[in-house]
Amino acid sequence: MTTVLGLTLPRLVRRDHASVSMMVIAPFAALALAAFCNLLLYAGLGINPLIVFKAMLIDPFTSYFSFSEILLKAGPLLLIAQGLAIGFRAKVFNIGAEGQFVLGAIFASAIPVYAPQASGLWIWPSMLVMGMFGGLLWAAITAFWRARLNANEILVSLMLSFVAIQILNYLLLGPWKDPMGFNFPQSVMFQYDALLPILLPGTRVNVSLVLALVLAGAAWLFTQRSFAGYRLEVGGLAPNAARYAGFSQNRAVWLSLLIGGCAAGLAGAAEVAGPVGQLQRSISTGYGYAAIIVAYLGGLHPIGIVFSAFLMATLYIGGDNAMVSAGLPIAAVYVFQGSLLLAYLILSTFVRNRLEWPDKAPAVSEVGRQ
Amino acid sequence: MTTPLLSLRGVSKSYGPVHANSGVDLDVAPGAIHAILGENGAGKSTLMKLIYGVESPDAGEILWDGAPVQIASPAAARRLGIGMVFQHFSLFETLTVVENVSLVVPGTKQELTERIMLFGREFGLEVDPLAHVHTLSVGERQRVEIIRCLLADPKLLILDEPTSVLPPQSAQKLFETLRRLAGRGVSILFISHKLEEIRSICSHATILRSGKVTGNVTPKDFDTHELAKMMIGRDMPAFARPKEMEQGASCLEIAGLTLETDDPFAVSLRDISLRVREGEILGIAGVSGNGQSELAAAISGETPLPRSMRDSIAMMGRNVSLLGAAGRRKLGFAFVPEDRLGQGAVPELSLVKNGLLTAHARGLKQGGLVRYGRARAFAKDCINAFDVRTPGPDAEAGALSGGNLQKFIVGREIMLEPKLLFLNQPTWGVDVGAASAIRKRLIELRNSGCAVLVISEEIEELFELADHIQVLNEGRLSERLKTSETRPEDIGRYMIESAEAAE
Repeated sequence: MTTVLGLTLPRLVRRDHASVSMMVIAPFAALALAAFCNLLLYAGLGINPLIVFKAMLIDPFTSYFSFSEILLKAGPLLLIAQGLAIGFRAKVFNIGAEGQFVLGAIFASAIPVYAPQASGLWIWPSMLVMGMFGGLLWAAITAFWRARLNANEILVSLMLSFVAIQILNYLLLGPWKDPMGFNFPQSVMFQYDALLPILLPGTRVNVSLVLALVLAGAAWLFTQRSFAGYRLEVGGLAPNAARYAGFSQNRAVWLSLLIGGCAAGLAGAAEVAGPVGQLQRSISTGYGYAAIIVAYLGGLHPIGIVFSAFLMATLYIGGDNAMVSAGLPIAAVYVFQGSLLLAYLILSTFVRNRLEWPDKAPAVSEVGRQ
Repeated sequence: MTTPLLSLRGVSKSYGPVHANSGVDLDVAPGAIHAILGENGAGKSTLMKLIYGVESPDAGEILWDGAPVQIASPAAARRLGIGMVFQHFSLFETLTVVENVSLVVPGTKQELTERIMLFGREFGLEVDPLAHVHTLSVGERQRVEIIRCLLADPKLLILDEPTSVLPPQSAQKLFETLRRLAGRGVSILFISHKLEEIRSICSHATILRSGKVTGNVTPKDFDTHELAKMMIGRDMPAFARPKEMEQGASCLEIAGLTLETDDPFAVSLRDISLRVREGEILGIAGVSGNGQSELAAAISGETPLPRSMRDSIAMMGRNVSLLGAAGRRKLGFAFVPEDRLGQGAVPELSLVKNGLLTAHARGLKQGGLVRYGRARAFAKDCINAFDVRTPGPDAEAGALSGGNLQKFIVGREIMLEPKLLFLNQPTWGVDVGAASAIRKRLIELRNSGCAVLVISEEIEELFELADHIQVLNEGRLSERLKTSETRPEDIGRYMIESAEAAE
C-alpha cells in the first residue's frame, strides 16, 4: 500500500463482475462532479455560480423554444455518437468525426449548389445519402492506412479533420461562393426542397431527429444482437481471442470506421439541409468532438447514448444562455465538456474496480524479532 | 521438539462467500523441506500470500520463532527473513542477471557479481551474472530468482510449483540445491501437486483440501496413491493406458515448416515436420519457450505463413498453409490455446458469449443475428457435459477458476465435433480432478476417431495420453518416438540435448 503525507491510500482492486449499479451511477456522478468543479471555477471568475447553474441547467427547460433547440442539437450528437461508439467498443478510435461531418455537409451541398433551381421530393433524401457517402469516403482514408500500414487511426483521422476544414474553406472562398453573397464565404441559400421537413411546427426541429432515434434503435440491434457487432465487441475486449476465433482485425477496422464516417456524414448533411440551410464555415462547431464525450458518457451503449446526447445538447443550449445572462466566456462551455469526460473516465474505473482500504489492524509490526 | 521457525494457528481467510483458508495450522521446523500439497484451488496460494504478507488473515495468528507477528507486506516478510520464488518469474528480460539482482539487493555490481558466483558454486546455482536474462533458459532464470532471494539471507524460502517449468534433469539439480540449503538451516516451503517429487525431497507435508488441513504426514511413509487420495479426498480414477487404435487417414501434416523471426524474445521454428492421423494422439513435449507458442500459432492459423511456406501445412488432406484461422476451423479443426483468459475466452463476457466465440457456425446465428436462445442452450450443455462449476451460463468467464474455465473451453471445442483437435498445455494450472477428466475426454475423442495433437510441459501427462511423442527444443522437433517404447529420461535428454551441445 502507498502512504502519502501519513495517510494510507486505498488500493484499486479488480471486481469479479462489472458493477451494474456503478455503470448507472457513473454518468450522473460525473455530471455532479463536473458541475461542482465548474461552478467553483465560475465563482473564481467572479461570476455568481447560482446564476450560471440556473442559466445552464434550468432555463433550457423553461420555454418551448429553448427546449426545441435542445432537441435540434441532440440530433447530430446522437447520430455521430452512435456511430463512434460502435468503433470505440471495438477499440478503433475514430477521433475525426468532425472531418467526416464536414465532408458529409460538403457532399450534401453539392446538389443544391449545382442544381439550385431543381425541385421535387427527391432532393433532401438524396442530399442525406450524399452526406453519408461523403463521411464514409473520408473515414475510408483512415481505414485504408490503418489496415494497410497500421497507421494510427487516432492521428490520421484527427489530422484529416483539419484537411476537411481547409477543403470547406477552399470551396466557400472559391468555386462554391454565392455570387450574390456580398463576398461572404458561404454558398447560396438552399431552395425549399433541399431543406428537411420540420417536425415540430414553430421550431427548427426537423425529421433528422426521428432518423437519429431510428438509427439509435438500429445501433442497439447491431451491438446487442448481431453477429458482426459481437465480433467487434470481442475484437475490442480481447484482440487475441478475436484472432484465435478467426475474426479479421482489418475487417473490424474497416467496419468501425465506415459506420462512424457514415453516421457523421449523415449528421453533416442534416445540418446543412436543416437549421443552417446553406454551406457555411460555421457548420463545424465541434459536434464531432463533443460526440466523443457523448459516446463515453453513454457508456458506449446505444440506450445510454440517447440520454447522454440530450444531456450534452442541454449543456450546449445552457452554455449559450449562460454566456448571455451571466457573461460566461465561450471557453467555459468547452471546459465543462472536457471536465465532464474526464470525470466520467475517472468514475468509470470503478465499474470494474473497487477501492480496498487496508485493514484497520495496526500496520507493520515486527514484534518477536527481538 | 525445537521451536518451529514458522507456526500458523487457526489462520482463516475468506473472499466473500469463498473460504480460501479456514483454521489452518502449520508448523515449519528450521532446516526442514516442508511440502504444501493440494489441488489447484485448495488454498495453497492464499496460504502463501498470507505468509508472504500479500494478504492479511481474517482470523488466527502467525508465529515466527515462537513470537506472534503481523506480516503486513512482502517487505515486512522479507525483513523477517522470508523469501519467495514465484511460479511466474519477475525478472526484466532486457537487463543482465546482476542488474536484476541489484534492483532489490543493496550493494555495488562488483560485490553482487562476486556473491552471485559464490552462491552459484556453493549451491549448484551456476549462472553467468553478466548474461542478459532473455538469453537464459527457464531453469537458469529460476536460479536467478532463487539467488536473488538467497542474497537477502532468508531463514525461510517459499517455492511455488518450482518444477512445473523444468525438464526432469534440471528438477534433479534444483532438488540438490534445496537439500544443500536445508543442510545450512534454511527452511523451505515447497508447494506442489506432483507427488513423486514431494516423496523424494520433502521431510514433511501438510495437505490442504478446500482450504482445510486434511493431513500432516511424512511423505516417504506413504505411496503416491495414498497421498493423492488425501489430496483429492477420494480415490484417483485408475488409469489404464488406452489400447492402440487402428489409425486412419492423416488429419494434420506439417512438412519442413521453417519460420524465422526477428523478435529477440520469440523462437524461430526450424524444419518442423509431423503428422497426426485419425485415432491418434501425438504429444509434443518440451519446456515452454522453445517454440511452443510459435508452433501453436502457425498451426491454428493465427500467424499467417509467408508465401515461401505455402506448401507446409495440410489438414484433412487439404493444403491450408495460406488459410486463416476461420478457414481452418471450417474444415473441422478445433483448438484449445494455452492462454485461457484473453485468447481462449474473453474474460469480460458471459459464458454464453464465450461459447459463441468458436461455436457460432453450429446454428447459433441466422441472418446476421445471434440466436441467443440457442447460444445459451449450447453454453448450458457444455457446462453440464463437462462439469463446469459456475453459477450459470451468464457468469463472466473471468469469474471462473482456471480449471473450470479450461473445462469450459475444452468442452466447447470438443462439442464442435472436430476431426482434428489441437490443445496447447491443456491441463496447465488445472486441478488434478479436472485434469484427469480432461484427459479422459481426450482419449474418448481419440477412440472415436478424432486426431488429437497435444503440446504439454508435463511429461507424465503425455505418457498417459499420447501414442507418439516428439520433443520441441529451441524451435526444432525431435524424431517421432513411440510412447510405449520410450522412458521419461529419454524425453528429458531430447529436451536439453542441443542446449548442452551449444554450451
